[in-house]
Amino acid sequence: MNIMERYQAMEYGPAPESRAEADAWIAGRDFARSLYVGGEWRAAEGGATFEVRDPATGALLANVSEAGKADVDAAVAAAAKALPKWRATSGFARARILYAIGRAMQRHGRLFAVLESLDNGKPIRESRDIDVPLAIRHFIHHAGWAQSLDRDFPGQAGVGVVGQIIPWNFPLLMLAWKVAPALSAGCTVVLKPAELTPLTAILFSEICARAGVPKGVVNIVHGGPAAGSAIVEHSGIDKIAFTGSSEVGKIIRKATAGSGKKLSLELGGKSAFMVFEDADLDSAVEGLVDGIWFNQGQVCCAGSRLLVQEGIAEAFLAKVKARMAKLRLGSPLDKNTDIGPLVDAIQLERVRRLVAEGARQGAVCWQPDQPLPNAGYFHLPTLATGVSPANILAQEEVFGPVLSVITFRNTEEAVELANNTRYGLAASVWSENVNLALHVAPQLKAGVVWINGTNMFDAACGFGGYRESGFGREGGREGMFEYLSSPLPLGAAIKAAAPAAEPATAGEGDAIDRTAKLYIGGKQVRPDGNYAYPVLGRKGRLAGEAGLGNRKDIRDAVAAARGCKAWPEATAFNRSQVLYFLAENLSGRADEFAARIADLTGVSGRAARAEVDLSVERLFLYAGLADKFEGRAHQPPMRAVTLALHEPVGVVGVVAPDDAPLLGLVSLVAPLLAMGNTVVAVPSERHALVATDLYQVLEYSDVPAGALNIVTGRASDLATVLARHDDVDGLWVVADAATCAKVEAESIGNLKRVWTAGGRTLDWHSAAAAGEAFLRRAIEVKNVWVPYGD
Amino acid sequence: MSSRIVHAEIGTPSPGVTTLPARAPANTAQPADDLIVRNPGMPLDLGFLESTRFVNRSALERRVATMTKRRSIKGDNQAAWLLRAIALMDLTTLNSNDTDERVRRLCAKALNPLRTDIAEGLGVAEATIRPAAVCVYHPFVATAVEALHGSGVHVAAVSTAFPHGLAPLATRLQEIEASVRDGADEIDVVIPRGLVFGARWQELYDEIVAMRAACGESHLKVILGTGDLSTLRNVTLASMVAMMAGADFIKTSTGKESVNATLPVGLAMVRAIRAYFETTGFLIGFKPAGGISTAKSALDWLVLIKEELGRRWLEPDLFRFGASSLLTDIERQLEHHLTGHYSANYRHALA
Repeated sequence: MNIMERYQAMEYGPAPESRAEADAWIAGRDFARSLYVGGEWRAAEGGATFEVRDPATGALLANVSEAGKADVDAAVAAAAKALPKWRATSGFARARILYAIGRAMQRHGRLFAVLESLDNGKPIRESRDIDVPLAIRHFIHHAGWAQSLDRDFPGQAGVGVVGQIIPWNFPLLMLAWKVAPALSAGCTVVLKPAELTPLTAILFSEICARAGVPKGVVNIVHGGPAAGSAIVEHSGIDKIAFTGSSEVGKIIRKATAGSGKKLSLELGGKSAFMVFEDADLDSAVEGLVDGIWFNQGQVCCAGSRLLVQEGIAEAFLAKVKARMAKLRLGSPLDKNTDIGPLVDAIQLERVRRLVAEGARQGAVCWQPDQPLPNAGYFHLPTLATGVSPANILAQEEVFGPVLSVITFRNTEEAVELANNTRYGLAASVWSENVNLALHVAPQLKAGVVWINGTNMFDAACGFGGYRESGFGREGGREGMFEYLSSPLPLGAAIKAAAPAAEPATAGEGDAIDRTAKLYIGGKQVRPDGNYAYPVLGRKGRLAGEAGLGNRKDIRDAVAAARGCKAWPEATAFNRSQVLYFLAENLSGRADEFAARIADLTGVSGRAARAEVDLSVERLFLYAGLADKFEGRAHQPPMRAVTLALHEPVGVVGVVAPDDAPLLGLVSLVAPLLAMGNTVVAVPSERHALVATDLYQVLEYSDVPAGALNIVTGRASDLATVLARHDDVDGLWVVADAATCAKVEAESIGNLKRVWTAGGRTLDWHSAAAAGEAFLRRAIEVKNVWVPYGD
Repeated sequence: MSSRIVHAEIGTPSPGVTTLPARAPANTAQPADDLIVRNPGMPLDLGFLESTRFVNRSALERRVATMTKRRSIKGDNQAAWLLRAIALMDLTTLNSNDTDERVRRLCAKALNPLRTDIAEGLGVAEATIRPAAVCVYHPFVATAVEALHGSGVHVAAVSTAFPHGLAPLATRLQEIEASVRDGADEIDVVIPRGLVFGARWQELYDEIVAMRAACGESHLKVILGTGDLSTLRNVTLASMVAMMAGADFIKTSTGKESVNATLPVGLAMVRAIRAYFETTGFLIGFKPAGGISTAKSALDWLVLIKEELGRRWLEPDLFRFGASSLLTDIERQLEHHLTGHYSANYRHALA
């Protein structure tokens, strides 16, 4: 074509990014020795390697060392060896190293970008303008946390050796999200990149060596599921951080149950992209481009479910189709490419299969009339209309460039549809009405909400999900906590409960017989099974009988807790006053409760009274904190404010210990209530009457029905029922080690947030058994991004 | 966006607006069947106007910021696109010290925008690549008409008390009529920005309708003075009123406001053009003006048009740059394309 023909055509033509530097780097490396362990390059034990291919062409890029168990052992040993010194390194020194890594990445930014696009297939525009700059931002941001650790996180220390497993969709960025906070917190790292995309992690290892990262602080091993499970199961690892599918996340949760490993999971999503009738529709269309057609839709927080208000649906979808027709598929290294290939043949096959199945279930799948490139794993952008909420395309994470559309009539329905998913990672809300947008955002079960935007990320703003999208946050202050821990005032190991002993003697006295029931939905109810068990007092004398709650009672209690809207929707000040009132009323009956505790547990009257007094004090503490443990406003590097809101976890189960039956229960329940959770509590099995005495106090303290439900019975059985209940969002268990391990393993149905003390009890009288550590577990942080400007 | 002709079927001409025959662009070969139908305007429709008010500045800024990174034009394509930028140019002089001689010099440059060796090197010597128009103040219209006679290069006059538009309406209309009489076939008018702040849409509409009537067969470009309008919402609403009132083009700036043509403003305006097209079927032209002085920025604007409106809008009957120094930078870039040498301004004939 001559210039005048081009003058008529006005096409963009190819604009290839040079791959010469990347090819030279690849050619200069010995990939058979690409495990970075203890500061040395190693071959895998036995010399195993795996192939890494360019998804745009299928061409072989490298044969990379494939780590096995022995290699992971070596990496963990190197990390453990490096840990004491790294931990003791000053914050300033760690900050200098994080800064040096960030700057070195910046100096080699284009090489990182080109390698990433070669390896993963993502368009160079994205790797160059999004992935790499954000990765750099994470290191420089976390340099600051390293230095301010003592100031900002007093009493906290790095958890130790962390195992990190990351996916192939953002290889370098996910590495940065994992490594930066870990190093900042003083942890040492064993990281496994995805086997499909190891190249930028190898370049990163080189950068670590050059930036002065001490040997063994960062260890990077390559390989597949075998290396991954070796990390997950390694006893020398204190924490696992995983980003990937919900399926594998659940496997990891189960595998680490009872191990005491700290765990954060960033998993899949089916995020809602909500367009209201007063939205800037043209901008919302661009939002979709950045939402579902970013990185070929291989994004955990991709806005893959379009919810659009009925009145504008037709006009909006016409705009979407017109825009889709302008998306350019092609070489990832062409600067004019919007959509590159999917990462590999398996992924392509999966997307095709889901689209075909969606169509079979009634979806109308529209694709722009564009040729596919001859080679490579390309998939056309796809719009699926006629999608019912039950359609596989509305339910399953496709992880491809496929958008499903559902219309809604009003705001309530929009929220209901948005939350009609097992996932809860992100959501976009498009409306020019700030009242509407800020009304909807808190109602969405999602860890990140973007208002009039999508896929905005920043190192200062936490990212992570609700529900089966995982738990823990990455980025910002809350992300740092995932790599820190503060010592709990652990007490003795709890023994598994023996079968209840028969009373040595009958009850005495001439008081009228009392029936201790369960407390569900604000009412005292008989246990479903209508059985009771004896609760013994001093010298084995029968103190009374408690209801033997079963799984149906737990079911009813959870339903009551779920149905209680008054408590989570109450203002923090309102909750605060109710908790103060509860304390006041408990205090008014302090003598009675002390007598009961003394009788049941055998402690002295003075000690029993001290437990009651401290329970009152603790209620007072959390009443006071209810309106003070608040979120933050972040200022990401753009014209936007990001509101990190503290929201209640939801319905939380509590299994309280036998020691300090009142104080232990109060110490667990009060922080949850203060933050607006509704609670299903299983009190001390042996001393259940302390809890049943509380019913009356609850009744006249204005605690709304369903906010706190109490089910007495076999604690370890009920703990398991709670763990298996998929409408329970969180579960706190202080019980024997076997029960703790079991509830962790059984929690995978809905990936509820489980906290246990690992089979020990706590010294409930210690000040460290109360405070922020408990409040943090009682909330989810939701980051609401609000770009502004007019 | 389709490039086929869309015939006017919707929209009733407003009183005082004459529907004119289609007009072929003078300076570029274009198939005779691709002529656009001149916008007859429509009654002021406040419901339609209100439906366009949702304009999210942050989102528009993100769109333009990424758009220019999403598209890259290299090599021969870049040369072709830069030639296109020349053909889409209203070569402009709007200075208080303009003289007839100065205007003649500008016209001479318009007639020969490229150094001969560059034109030959690019293989465009046979084709006539020239700016679409020369844009001057009223007193120089006759001079320009004479200098450009027979070339096909249009003469545009800025009328209506440019740049502020605050003279009495009768005076402004007389100025238009005088420019038309002197031979200007394109009239760039300014709106009184106060009408936008006061949401006095009916007055704004009536004034533009009157201006359109005063233009007769000359084409009407309505300058919004976007740098004065504060919000993109105001830009969009003013754009819509201007199109409803019968504007052939909407134009960003006079070049005299403190903020000139910016890409977010341009995006808001081209989306308004798209909304008007989707509703009425009429194609309205767009002219960013002021501050566009580099070849790179010209390419950014062309990408914006191609992405948001489509190829059809990259013709002089639907797109113009208002620019004075842009041509020189394009010439330098074209020379670099041919020789690999970076050029200096003084090596290219002054406009």
